[in-house]
Amino acid sequence: MSLLRIEKLDLDIGKRPILRDVSLSVDPGQIVGVIGESGSGKSMTAFTVMQLLPEGAVARGSVTLDGHDILTLSEPELCALRGNKVGMVFQEPMTALNPIRSIGDQVAETILIHERVSKTEALNRAREALARVELPEDRFPLTRYPHELSGGQRQRVVIAMAIALRPKLLIADEPTTALDVTTQAQILKLLERLVREDGMGMLMISHDLAVVSDLADEIVIMRSGEVVERGPCPVIFSALQHPYSISLLAASTHAPDRSVQVEDTPLLRVSEVRRSYRTPRKTLFGKPGAFEAVKGVSFDLKKGESLGLVGESGCGKSTLTRAILGLEEVQGGEILLAGEPVFTGHSPNRDVRRKMQVVFQDPYGSFNPRHRVDRLVCEPFHLLDTPPTGKARDRAIEEALTSVGLTAADRYKYIHEFSGGQRQRIAIARALIIKPELILLDEAVSALDVQVRAQILDLLADLSDQFGLSYLFISHDLSVVRVITDRCLVMKAGEIVEQGPTEQVFSNPQHPYTRELIAAAPDLPELA
Amino acid sequence: MTDLRADHLPPSGAPVRLWGRALKSRSLVLGAALTLIFVLAALVSFLWTPFDVTGIDIANKIKGPSARNPLGTDHFGRDILSMIMVGARVSIAVAFVAVGIGMAFGVPLGLWAAARKGSLLDEVIMRGNDLVFAFPSLVIAILITAIFGPSAVNAIVAIGIFNIPVFARLTRSGALTLWQKDYVLAARVAGKGAARISVEHILPNVTNLLIVQGTIQFSLGILAEAGLSYVGLGAQPPTPSWGRMLAESQTMISFAPHMALFPGLAILLTVLGLNLMGDGLRDLFDPKLRGRS
Amino acid sequence: MLRYTLTRLLSLAVSLAVASVVIFMAVEILPGDPATLMLGVNAQEDTLAALREQLGLNGSLWSRYLSWVGGMLTGDFGTSYTYRTPVAEMVGERLWISLPLAIYALTLSTLIAFPAGIWAASKRGSAADVGVMGVTQLGVAIPNFWFAMLMVVVFAINLRWFSAGGFPGWDKGFWLSMKSLTLPAIALALPQASILARVMRSSLLDTLSEDFVRTARAKGLSKRQALWRHALRNALIPVLTIIGLQFSFLLAGGIIIENVFYLPGLGRMIFQAVSARDLIVVESVVMLLVFAVIAVNFLVEISYALVDPRLRHGR
Repeated sequence: MSLLRIEKLDLDIGKRPILRDVSLSVDPGQIVGVIGESGSGKSMTAFTVMQLLPEGAVARGSVTLDGHDILTLSEPELCALRGNKVGMVFQEPMTALNPIRSIGDQVAETILIHERVSKTEALNRAREALARVELPEDRFPLTRYPHELSGGQRQRVVIAMAIALRPKLLIADEPTTALDVTTQAQILKLLERLVREDGMGMLMISHDLAVVSDLADEIVIMRSGEVVERGPCPVIFSALQHPYSISLLAASTHAPDRSVQVEDTPLLRVSEVRRSYRTPRKTLFGKPGAFEAVKGVSFDLKKGESLGLVGESGCGKSTLTRAILGLEEVQGGEILLAGEPVFTGHSPNRDVRRKMQVVFQDPYGSFNPRHRVDRLVCEPFHLLDTPPTGKARDRAIEEALTSVGLTAADRYKYIHEFSGGQRQRIAIARALIIKPELILLDEAVSALDVQVRAQILDLLADLSDQFGLSYLFISHDLSVVRVITDRCLVMKAGEIVEQGPTEQVFSNPQHPYTRELIAAAPDLPELA
Repeated sequence: MTDLRADHLPPSGAPVRLWGRALKSRSLVLGAALTLIFVLAALVSFLWTPFDVTGIDIANKIKGPSARNPLGTDHFGRDILSMIMVGARVSIAVAFVAVGIGMAFGVPLGLWAAARKGSLLDEVIMRGNDLVFAFPSLVIAILITAIFGPSAVNAIVAIGIFNIPVFARLTRSGALTLWQKDYVLAARVAGKGAARISVEHILPNVTNLLIVQGTIQFSLGILAEAGLSYVGLGAQPPTPSWGRMLAESQTMISFAPHMALFPGLAILLTVLGLNLMGDGLRDLFDPKLRGRS
Repeated sequence: MLRYTLTRLLSLAVSLAVASVVIFMAVEILPGDPATLMLGVNAQEDTLAALREQLGLNGSLWSRYLSWVGGMLTGDFGTSYTYRTPVAEMVGERLWISLPLAIYALTLSTLIAFPAGIWAASKRGSAADVGVMGVTQLGVAIPNFWFAMLMVVVFAINLRWFSAGGFPGWDKGFWLSMKSLTLPAIALALPQASILARVMRSSLLDTLSEDFVRTARAKGLSKRQALWRHALRNALIPVLTIIGLQFSFLLAGGIIIENVFYLPGLGRMIFQAVSARDLIVVESVVMLLVFAVIAVNFLVEISYALVDPRLRHGR
C-alpha cells in the first residue's frame, strides 16, 4: 500500500484554479520528485498534503496519508499528523527558523508538541536529531540561535525538526534552491541518507531537473496545475511522451549555437585588483577589522570573447563586478577597458563606462515601475555627451527593442505588463542601446524558468554574433556557464583558483575546489 | 526560481484601474467624503455663513439646536454651525501647513540621508530626528509659545517641526529599500549621481508612502491644533477655533452640553475621515497590506 | 549585551547634552531681555536687576549654561520667580500626580490594547476583527480632552460616580487618590490603547505571515500555539517602540488632561508657568520631560535586546 496517495486532486484558491486532476503516490522508502516551472502548482501540491493552504483554498479529490484521508480530517487531527507522521522542509532556510529562539528549543518543540515527555527528555532527543543532521553538539550547542548559523546549517536544523519524530513521509519543497552548489550537494546527500535509514517516503519538489533526477526513484512532471508525465527514474528520461516534458529536458541541456570570432586583443584587463571592507568593531573601543573581498585578481577578457566567472556566494564575484562597473573604487591594482582605466582619480571614467553595460539577475527589481519602457531603455544615454533626441532617439529605441525580439510598440507600455523573460529582454535592450562592447551578465538567467532561460541564452548568442559583443558571464550555475562561455574563471574566497578554456576546466579540472564544484553539480541524464 | 510574489507586483497599475479600485474601497470613499465636507465647509465660510460669527446676540444665548440655529448657540448667542464652519479654516490650515513644513524639510533630509547611508551626514540627520522626537510636540509648542507668545502661526511651527522627523524617517527607510533595487544600480551604471537618482527613481516610488503618511499627519495635526487652542496656545480670539470653543464650553457643560458636543464631533469626524482616507489609500497603493492596519 | 548597553548609554548621554543645549539656547534667543519679558515693561529697574542677578544673566553664555546644567545635576533647578520656591521642590510635588497618572494610563492602555490587538489579529476578517478595528478607528480620532469632558458629563455630573476634578492628595488615602485619577487616566488611555491595539494587530499579522510561523505549523502546532509561542514575541519590537513613545506622550499629554480635571500636576504647572512667563520653571520642566522621554527610550532599546538575541550578540 502506498504511504501517500493523491488521487484526482483539484485545488482552487478563490476562483482561480490551481491544480487539476493531480494524481501521484509515494511508497515507503521511495523518493518521488515533482518537477515543474514556476506556476506549475508543484508547491501547492505539497501544501495540500500538509493542509497548510492559503485562505480561500478549496481542495477536491482524495489525499490519503498512511490510511488517513487528509481532506476530511479536522484541524486538531491534522495538527497531530503534521510533524509526527509527515515532516516538511522549506525553500528559504534564512527565514524558516524563529530568529529569537535557540535551535535546540525549536527542534525539541516538535517532540514536546506530540509526546508527553519532559523538557530535558525532549532536549536530549533534539540533540540526537541535530547529531543525525551532522550538527554535533560539541560544535553546535543547542543554545545557538539561528543567526549564528550559515544557510546550509540552518537548513540542517529545519531538517532535524522535520525528522525528529521519524515521520513516515518527508516533504521537501525546493530544499536546496537557496543554497550554493556544494552545500546543495551535502544537503541532498543528507536527505537521501535519512530517507534510506528511516525507510521514509519523500516527496521532493524542485524546478531543477538535474537535482531531482540524481535522487528520485520516480518523477512527476507538472505544468500549469496538471501532471503531464509520471514514471520511474531514470528510465522515464529515455521514453518521454509529452511534448512539454521533452521540451523541458531539451531546454535544460540547451546549448546555443555560437560562431565565435575572438580577437587576440584584450578588451578588459583586470590586474592585481584588491578590495577590502571594514568590519564592525569587535569591542567598543577596538579597531575595526578588515575583510578582503577580492585579493589580487588578474585576468584578461578578449574582444568577442564570452568569459565565465564562477563562484559560490561570498566568493567576491559581486564585489569584483561592481569594481569593473566603476561603482566601487578598488584599493589596489587596475581595471582597464579598451586600454583605459575605469577609474580616473577618484571618479569613474565616463568614456570607459559607456563601453560597457550590465544585465542583472532579478527581472522584477531591475526596472523603475513608474517609467515607461522607452524611458527605461534610454537610461544609459545619460553616459553620452550628446544623447540622441527626437527621431534619432525613437529609432534607437525601436532598434534596441526589435533586436531583442520585442516590438516597437512595446515602448509605450509599463514594465508590469511584461513577463519575467520579456523583462530580461528589455534589460538586454537597455544594455544594447548605447552599443557597448562589453556586457556584464550578473546571474542574468538565474531567476528564469529553464525554457525562458534557453531562449535568452539563444538571444545572447545571436546578439554577440551580430554586434561583436563580449560577455562577462557571472554565475553560480555551472551548467549555464558551460554552454555559453569560451573561457572561464573559478573564484573562491577572493581569489581566482583556476582559469582556462571552459571545456577544459569542466572536463579536466585542476584545482581541488573546481573538482569539488563540478562533482557537486547535479548531472542531467542524456537525452535518448 | 521563486514563484511570483505580491511584492513583485508594481506598486501601481494603470491610472484608470487605480480610480476604479479607489471607488470600490469603502473606507476610502467614506473618508474622502467626510474630509471633503469639512474642507468645503471651510471654503464656503469665506463667502457665506448662516450667521456672522462676530455678532453677539445675548437674547439668543445658549439655545439648543433649533430650526434657526441647527446646532444651537453659545453663551454670546453666536451660531455654533457658523463658528464650526469658520473654525474649520484654522484647523485645516494649521494642519495642512504643518504637513507641508514636515514634507518640505523631512523628505529632502530623508532622501539625502538614505543616499549617504552610514556616513556622518546620515548619522547627524538621524540623531537630529531622534532629538526632535525627544521633545513631545506639546512641549515644543509650549516652549515656542513661552518664547514668542501664543498664536496660530506658532502652533503651525510647533506641529510642523514635529512632522519633520516623521517624514524624514519614513522617506529614509522607504528610500533605503529602494536603493537596494537593481534599477538604482542600473541608473548608477548609467552614470547618474545620487541626487539625480533620488529625484528620478527614489522620490516617485516613495510618494505613495508619503501621501498615506501625509493624511495621517494631517489628522494628527488637527488633533494637536485642537489641543493647543483648547489650552489657549493656538489661534487667539476673536478667530473661532474648535479647540477654544470646547474650552469655552467647559464651564457650562452641565447645562449646555450641545456647546461641547458639536465642536468635538467636528474634530472627531474630520480626523476620522482623514484616517479612513489614509487607510484606504494604503490599501490602494499596497494591496499586500490590505486589512493590515 | 554589555557593549549594546554601553553604546546605548553613550547615545543617551549625548542626546541629553544636546537637548540641554537646545533648550538653553531656545530661552537664550528670546527676543529682548528675559527679565523685562518676565516682569513686563513697567517693572522697576532695581527689581529687573535683581532678577537678572538671580537668572545669572550677568555671566557669560558659557558660564550660565554650565551653572544651569551643574545645578540640575545636583538637584538644584533654580527658584521659581512667581512662586519664590525652589523649582525642584515644586516639581517633586507635582511629579507625584503626573507620574502616577502616566503610569496608570499606560497600564490601562496596555491592558486594553494587548488582548484587543491579539484577538483581532488571530481572528482576522471576522466580526471581532472588524469590531475592534472600528472601535479603535474611533478611539484614534477622538480628541482626548473632549472625551474627558464627555466622561465628566456622564460619570461625574449625571451618574455622580466620580468627582468632576481636583485631587485630594495622597495623604488623604491611596484609593481616593486613585479614584480621582481614574477618569483622567481613561481619557488619556483610550486613544493610546487604540493606537497600540492597531500596532499590535498589524505587527502580529506581519509576523504571522513569516516563514517561521509556517515552519511551526508544519511541526504540528495549531494556529493558536504558533501565534503564542512564535509570533507574539517576534511581534513585540514595534509594540515596545510605541509603548515608549506613548509614555512620553502621556507625561506631556497630561498637560491638557490635567487642565480638564483641574489636577495640580506637572502639566498644569508648566502651563501656568508659561502664562506667567516664569522661564526658570519652563526651562527646567521641559528639560525634565525631555529627560524622561530619552530615558524611557533607553529602556525600550534595552528591552529590544531582551526580546531579540541578535541584538544581544552585538549585531
